[in-house]
Amino acid sequence: MVYLTRKAEFSASHFYHNPELSAEENKRLFGKCNNPNGHGHNYTVEITVKGEVDQRSGFVVDLKELKDLMNREVIEVLDHRFLNKEIAEFRDRIPTTENLAISVWNRLQEKLNLAQLHRVRVYETPDLFVDYYGEA
Amino acid sequence: MKAYLTKRYWFSASHRLHSESMTDRENQAVYGKCNNPHGHGHNYALEVTVAGPVDPKTGMVCNLADLDDFVNSKILERFGHENLNTLQEFQGVVPTTENLCIELYNILERGFRHAQIEKVRMEETMLNSFEYTGGRPVRT
Repeated sequence: MVYLTRKAEFSASHFYHNPELSAEENKRLFGKCNNPNGHGHNYTVEITVKGEVDQRSGFVVDLKELKDLMNREVIEVLDHRFLNKEIAEFRDRIPTTENLAISVWNRLQEKLNLAQLHRVRVYETPDLFVDYYGEA
Repeated sequence: MKAYLTKRYWFSASHRLHSESMTDRENQAVYGKCNNPHGHGHNYALEVTVAGPVDPKTGMVCNLADLDDFVNSKILERFGHENLNTLQEFQGVVPTTENLCIELYNILERGFRHAQIEKVRMEETMLNSFEYTGGRPVRT
């Protein structure tokens, strides 16, 4: 079994707000991230797939196909968007890095038949990232 | 849904690698330059990974403000700009980055109540790093 990781980048804005909580509670929980006008990040996504090395090609996965899939399903959808307003699932789910990692997993998992998805890592900044392995 | 959140922190400290259970000559042979009696320092990168279900109310594994407060008060303020050999934690324990990694994991594991501590990873320099998970296998 070999693990292969491909990176991609996108930039997007978001804010954190739970409509079921009071304005004060939102402010207390989310601090600066609660500013309704949003703020942005340069996100880096790392996709790790795993599989046996194909004897004919020497590949776990054709990187061109993986790159195209990531671009189509993740980067083109999220890049230069206001996540809360433009991405359907974040209308009623807070676009934290945790939920973004889960969202990226779901977008790829449905379409990936090249190899087995192992991990999605989303960096919000170089010093903050979330890993999701598809665990319930 | 279970997710793993990692935050990186930085602190600078000095140390000297010297074991009381070895002779001066053995210490010199094992630790080389790191045995310099005057000590030397590093900019340590500390990566803390917490794990848990994503709370539907907040979208978070744990509130970063809680993790930042804990790491700042219990680790960065205590270990930053100190000579590690002078600290109570390293009396009789050589302050290698292995032992530092275990010590910081234990501080987090004992004291942090907002999420499960999955892993502590430390970089002593850009060229070497150490990971400790309390004995569980390190997850790739």
